[in-house]
Parts: sequence; structure tokens; C-alpha cells
Amino acid sequence: MCNIPGTKLFDADMARKGYALNKMCFSFNEEANRKAFLADEEGYMKQYGLNEQQAAAIRAKNVLQLLEAGGNAYYLAKFAGIFGLDMQDIGAQQTGVTKAEFQARLDAYATA
Amino acid sequence: MAQIVGAVTTSHVPAIGKAIFKQLQNEPYWKPFFDGFVKVRRWLESARPDVVVVFYNDHGLNFFLDKMPTFAVGAAPSYTNADEGWGIPTIPAFRGEQDLSWHLINRLVAADFDITTCQEMLVDHAFTLPMALLWPDQKWPVQVVPVCINTVQFPLPSAKRCYALGEQIGNAIRGWQSDKRVLILGTGGLSHQLEGERAGFINKPFDIQFMDSLTKDPKWATQWNSAELVEKAGTQGIELLMWLATRAVLGDKAREVHRNYHIPISNTASGVMVMEPAA
Repeated sequence: MCNIPGTKLFDADMARKGYALNKMCFSFNEEANRKAFLADEEGYMKQYGLNEQQAAAIRAKNVLQLLEAGGNAYYLAKFAGIFGLDMQDIGAQQTGVTKAEFQARLDAYATA
Repeated sequence: MAQIVGAVTTSHVPAIGKAIFKQLQNEPYWKPFFDGFVKVRRWLESARPDVVVVFYNDHGLNFFLDKMPTFAVGAAPSYTNADEGWGIPTIPAFRGEQDLSWHLINRLVAADFDITTCQEMLVDHAFTLPMALLWPDQKWPVQVVPVCINTVQFPLPSAKRCYALGEQIGNAIRGWQSDKRVLILGTGGLSHQLEGERAGFINKPFDIQFMDSLTKDPKWATQWNSAELVEKAGTQGIELLMWLATRAVLGDKAREVHRNYHIPISNTASGVMVMEPAA
């Protein structure tokens, strides 16, 4: 269906694979849940039934690994929000550049 | 009969909420974006809408993957915002226009659109921030009807189907026994991609062509499927579906009143347009 470099559409396979991870991240809409996660990350992940791949990606706070484990960008954004990361932090991490370099890349599109 | 006064389409990036809260509208980074709304608000003063039908996509506030409607129409007496997890302040509640909600629901189902109806519905930044850009004092002079389109989980509704949804909503509004003036607001886009190694992707030539197409050849973007639109506009740029549905409400012909386009706001090519129905 999709062969776009650097892109995996969140389709049926991903929705099934990532359900527990995304459900946990959806819970981070609530302040009490964000605090509960920070107080006991391992226990919180266990409560939502994350598999080892998902738990490892959460521990590493690695967005590409989280996506690979079935994470959906919109729910992962709530996880990133716990640590105050913005979209340029996340973009830089995924593309392997500094935040300043990522920002410069965005700016360059204005004159493209 | 009700009258459709026009349409506004705009980006809805969460960072806009932070900029509003911190009053950064005149900072160099933000000014080219916020200045694009001065003319929109001037136009609104003469358009004087009573009701706004808002096409937007929920990002995991009201809907989770447990139940994911393709098209959902709000039918609530009021709609509130809530904590989305990353700390933008919430915004005052909106009054629903329930008569129009149920009129749209009845007409859509009669026209073979199998929509989901919601008598309780939280509205996220994609709904609240555009409203705050149109009415910065956040004392809403309008009632609302939210129409939510799934862009979270594939398969998404096709561009063609979103356009047809907009057409039916247009027919329904024009047939609504009411003297109310109705504005259509569509939020999302333009090109951007948040996830994957392709994060940061923007496509200015496509965005410009897309904005041009809305008055010149409004079904232009309906020639592509979802994957093709993601390729052109990015994984979140697919939110242009809201613009297409919005444009379709106006009928066969529309004229452009105003536009602004600015790169970047956060990771997004931001756009705003005002259109009116034309004979």
C-alpha cells in the first residue's frame, strides 16, 4: 500500500501490534496518570501489558523504536510531553541531527 | 433558510496554543503567522456567523483506538476542551447548536453516510485553537457543530469521500429551516510529517497548488488515495482532508477572499484561507 521512504502508515497491523503501548500513552492525557508513571515506570508499563520491545523503547525514550513497536505519533506525543520534548526535539532525534539542524532544515523549506 | 456565509481553513498546530498563552503573537517567529488572521477577523465582522460547523481531526483526546469512527458528528449541548498531555492551557467551553447537529445527522444518514453521533464529545486543539485564532477574546459569539474525520488510524476515508461528505453537509445546511448564518471552519495541514526518518518533510509547491485548486479545480486533490496524499503532503499533511470537506460545503463555485502561507510553524507549513460561495 505504501512505499514512502522513512514512513510507516499506522495501519491495521500497527494498530494491533501497538495497542497496549498506545493505550498507556493515551492515559497520559491525565495528570494523575503522568505522575503515576513517573513514580513507577516499570509497574505502570506492566499494568498496561506492554511487551518487552515496547517497554525497552519506553525506557530508551527512542521515538523510532516506539514507532517500530506499534506506537502511534499522536499518542506518543503525550508520552513525549511528560519530558517536555517538543516536535523539534522529536524530529531531531528521529532524523539523527541536532535540534538546531532540524530547525534549519524546516526553515529552508520556506525558500525552496 | 439558513445561509452559508463562507469558509475558513487553517492549520491547528499545538504550538499555536502556547504562543497564545505566552502572548508571543508579535515575536519574529510568530508574527508572520498571526498577522495572517487580521484580515480573517475583519472578514468575520462582516460575515457575522451565528453558527460554525467545524471539520477537524481528533488527536487522541475524545477518541482512542478502542472506538475509532471514520466520521463523527457532535450533537451535544456543549463541548469542552481538556488536558491533552503536553500542557497547553484549556479553553472555555463551546455552546452546541443541537438543532443543526441533528438536522445534519438526519440528512447525512438519509444520504447514505453511516456516521457516528456523539452527545458527549471533548474537542481537542484542532478544534479549539482555530476558534481562538478567529475570536481571540475566547468569548464565542457563535454556536458550534463539530464534525470529526479520522486521520489517526488507516484506512482513512478517501479525499473523494470527504469531499462528498462536505457536499452533503452543504446541501443539508442550505435546506435547514433557520435564519441562521453558518460559517464552515476546516482545520489541519498543510504539509508536515511528525514521525519516522522522514520527519520534518514539507512540500511548498504542493501546498500552493492545493490552495489554488480549491477555487480553480476543487476536486483536484480527490484524484489521489491516502497513501499518495501522505507522499505529497506528509503523514499529518493528510489533514488537508478537512480543507477539502470544508471547500465542498460551499458548492460548485467559490472565490478566494484571503490567504496566508508561512513556513514553518513548529514542523508545519501553516496556511489559512477564507473563501465565499460564488455564483
